[in-house]
Amino acid sequence: MADNAGSNTKKLSMIVTKGSLDWAYPPFILATTAAAMGLEVSMFFTFYGLTLLKKKLDLNVTTLGNPAMQMPMFGMHIGMPNLMSAVPGVDAAATAMMKNLIKKKGVASIEELREMAVEADVEMIACQMTMDLFEYTMDDMIEGPVLGGAATYIETATNSDINLFI
Amino acid sequence: MADQVLDAKGLNCPLPILKAKKALKDVPMGGTLQVIATDPGAVKDFEAFCRTTGNELMESKEDDKVFSFLIKRTS
Repeated sequence: MADNAGSNTKKLSMIVTKGSLDWAYPPFILATTAAAMGLEVSMFFTFYGLTLLKKKLDLNVTTLGNPAMQMPMFGMHIGMPNLMSAVPGVDAAATAMMKNLIKKKGVASIEELREMAVEADVEMIACQMTMDLFEYTMDDMIEGPVLGGAATYIETATNSDINLFI
Repeated sequence: MADQVLDAKGLNCPLPILKAKKALKDVPMGGTLQVIATDPGAVKDFEAFCRTTGNELMESKEDDKVFSFLIKRTS
């Protein structure tokens, strides 16, 4: 990115820190849309966000710590009490319900958005420290991401017009 | 009549925009792309998309919850 620091192209950088199904959407929606609108996009995947680069995604939602989660059911919105997460199968059911809604409402899957991001030349940086911490290798990840660290991100952010932490 | 027509009915944000961007690549400079969508958010989104990318939104209309956008490729 540094070699483009002088160009007029607008740039967006993002730090992606969360790896649940719901939290995977904002970064990939914004990355693909920004790229489609002509921006240069760079995503830095760190901590749980790093798992979004894995070849095989197994994304889930949880009701735990998520009091605002309300699922449309039986013509109304049913809240999901925090403690329900402790009941075996509840998170799996909530995940299945969410995936069902995603399909029904014509919302793209994360796999689909990620593929479009790669196609659109969105730069993806895998946090080296997190790779080491959680014992991943680049073989676990899709084709495309490169390794980097905090200095890599700061340089990118310094040259970007928009920087988001998600 | 547009040079190309993209049916994005039933697709939700951001797919109509992403598919329109792909389709625009195959439209010759000065040519037009018609996008048909059912996502009500697409109305503001196509305005923003065209302003930002420098393409011209020639027409934006709705008929019975189906939206139609006519984009002239100018960039």
